[in-house]
Amino acid sequence: MNTMTTITESATGIDTRALRRNMITLVRRLALYAALIGFAAFFLMPLVVMVFASFKDMDAIAHTSILSFPTHPTVQPWVDAWSSACVGTSCVGLRGFYWNTILMVVPAVVISSLIGAVNGYALSKFSFRGANLVYGLILFGTFAPYQVMLIPIAKMLALFGLSNGIGGLILLHTLYGLPMTTMFFRNYFMTVPQDLIKAAQVDGAGFWTTFLLIILPMSTPMIVVTVIWQFTGIWNDFLFGVSFTSGSSTPIMVALNNLVSTSAGERPYNIHMAGALLSALPTLVVYVLAGKYFVRGLMAGAVKG
Amino acid sequence: MASLNIRNVEKHYGDLRTLKGVNIDVDDGEFLVLLGPSGCGKSTLLSAIAGLAPVSSGQIVIDGVVVNDIESAERDIAMVFQSYALYPTMTVRRNLTFGMRVRGASRQQQDEAVKRVAGILQLDQLLDRKPSQLSGGQRQRVAMGRAMVRQPKIFLFDEPLSNLDAKLRTDMRAEIKKLHQREKTTTVYVTHDQIEAMTLATKIVVMQGGEVQQIGSPQTIYEHPENLFVARFIGSPAMNCISGTLKLEGADAVFVGGAQASAGLRVNLGEISAGYRPYVGKNVVLGVRPEWLAHSADITSPELIQAVVDVVEPTGSDNFVILLACGETLMARFAPGVGESGQRVGLAVDLSKALLFDAATEQRIAR
Repeated sequence: MNTMTTITESATGIDTRALRRNMITLVRRLALYAALIGFAAFFLMPLVVMVFASFKDMDAIAHTSILSFPTHPTVQPWVDAWSSACVGTSCVGLRGFYWNTILMVVPAVVISSLIGAVNGYALSKFSFRGANLVYGLILFGTFAPYQVMLIPIAKMLALFGLSNGIGGLILLHTLYGLPMTTMFFRNYFMTVPQDLIKAAQVDGAGFWTTFLLIILPMSTPMIVVTVIWQFTGIWNDFLFGVSFTSGSSTPIMVALNNLVSTSAGERPYNIHMAGALLSALPTLVVYVLAGKYFVRGLMAGAVKG
Repeated sequence: MASLNIRNVEKHYGDLRTLKGVNIDVDDGEFLVLLGPSGCGKSTLLSAIAGLAPVSSGQIVIDGVVVNDIESAERDIAMVFQSYALYPTMTVRRNLTFGMRVRGASRQQQDEAVKRVAGILQLDQLLDRKPSQLSGGQRQRVAMGRAMVRQPKIFLFDEPLSNLDAKLRTDMRAEIKKLHQREKTTTVYVTHDQIEAMTLATKIVVMQGGEVQQIGSPQTIYEHPENLFVARFIGSPAMNCISGTLKLEGADAVFVGGAQASAGLRVNLGEISAGYRPYVGKNVVLGVRPEWLAHSADITSPELIQAVVDVVEPTGSDNFVILLACGETLMARFAPGVGESGQRVGLAVDLSKALLFDAATEQRIAR
C-alpha cells in the first residue's frame, strides 16, 4: 500500500512537470508566431495600401482611411492605367511601354545569360594562364557604379547610332549583366567535376559540343537563377532607361515615373497605384513561379550535391 | 589492339619535375599496371597517354605512331575515370553512345555497339536509366561500357575501383580481368592498390617520385625487387628489412645485424657468391618476406634466429606473427594456430629467396 502511494505520487509529479513544460513551449510558440505575424503585417502594409487604393475611386480615396477596404470596388483605375492615363504629354496608358520593356528585357536576358554561361564555362573548365586575373577583372565590373559611366555610354551609343532606342538599352543591359551572369555560371561550373570534361574530350567532343550537350543540360538551376536575376534587374531598371530613352520609347519604369509626375489638378492616386502594381506584376509572377528554383540555385554552389 | 611505347617522357611544372625520363614498352594485348604511392606521377603519365595533358619532352607512341601532337579524340583510346564521369543528364544508352554520336556513327552502328556491350556487362536492364538512379557498381559498369563501346586500341583505367566498397571491388576486379582475357585489348591501369596490381597485371611498373623504379611481372616484382623502395612498397605485410654488414666466415657469407637495434642478429647466407663478394665488410640490408621465415621449436641452435613472439594477428588462413629478435621487430607468416605471445621460437630464413640490398644505393645485390 505504502509503495503504491509513492508510485502514484511520483507519477503525478512527473505529469505536472511535463504539463508545465508543454505550457511553456506553447506560450513560446504563440509569442513567436505573434511576432512573426506582426512583422509580416508591417511589411505587407504598403502593398495592402496600394492594392486597396487601386480599387477605389477618387472620392473614396479622398474620404476614407488608406487602410480601409474599398466598399465599392472598381477596376476603372486599372483600365485607365493600362490604356488611357497620361504619360508625359500623350495619354496612352502603360500598354505600349509594357511592350517596349518586353522587347528590351527578353533579348537582353537571353543574350547576357548565354554569354555569361560560355564565359563561366571557359573560365572554370578550360583554365588558361591568367584566367583568374580575367575573372577578377570581370568581377570588378559588378562593383562599378553605373552613374560614373553615363556620359561615356551616351557618347558610345551616339557613335553606334543607338541613342534613344530599345537597341541601345539591350546592348547596355547585356554588357552590364555579364559580370553577374559570368560569376553565377563560373561558380556553378566550378562544382562540375573536371573528369566530365576529360571524358567528353576522350569521347571526341570539342569545346562547343561539350558545352551544348553536357554542360548546358546540367545547368538548369543556374539558368533559372540567372534568368530571374537578369529579368528583375533589367525590368526594374530606371537609370539607363531615363538617361538614354525618351517619349514613347522608354521602358516601363520610366513611363511609370512619367505617369506619376504628370499632374494637372487632382493627383489620381488610384491610377498611380494601379500603374505601379501593373509595372511590378511581371517580376512578382516570375518570383512566385520560379522562386523555389532561385533559392535552390543560389544554394547549389554552397552545399555540395 | 595496339602496342604502346613511352620514350623518355618528362613533365615539368615550372621547376617541379613530375615525370623524369620515363621509358615503358607495352606489347599488344598486355595489361600494364602503373603502381605507386600518391603523387608518384602515375596519373600524370596516364593523362599524358590519354592526351589530356601534354608532356614537356619525350615521345608517346601508339602502334608505331608518335601521338604527342594528336588530339585525345584521335588517339583511338578510351578511358575509365575514378569518378566514372558519367554524363548526368543522359541515360545509360546515351552515355554509351555519346562518343559514337559525336563522331557521327549511324543509328544502326550505335544500336549494335550498345547491344554488344550491354550483353557483356549486363547493362540491358539499365539502358534507360539516368546515372543518378544507378548503384556504385552499376555506374562503374556503365563507365567501362562507355570505354568498350568504341573498341579502342588502348584502354586506360584511372583507379577505377577505389570508389567501391571492398566486396564490390573484389568482384569488379575479377570482372575486369575476365574482360581483358576475353577481349585482349592493350590496357594501362593506374592504381595505388598493390593487390589490384598483382592480380590484374601482366606487367607492373612501380613508380616513385616521377621515376620508374622497376618494370616486371607481378612475381618478379614480388620476389626480386630491384631496390628497397619496391621491396618495402610491394607485399602486405611488408618485407622485413634489417640493416647490418656482410662478413666472410670461412667460405660462408654471413649477415650480421649491425645497427644498434639488431646487434647480434646473425644469418649465415651459405657459400659466398661472386655477386656478394665485393660487399664483404660493407653495410647491407637483408630483405626477408614474412613467409620466407620458417618456424622452429629449436630455441638453442646458433644457426637460427632466436626470437620471442610479441603479437599474433590471426587472419584465418595464416597467423601473422610479430617477433622480437635481438631488438629487431620481424614479421613472419606462420600456419594458423602457430605462435603464442611470449613464446620463444627459432626462425629459419629461406636462403634461396632472401635478398641483400646495398645500404648506400638501396639497390638489390645480385648473387
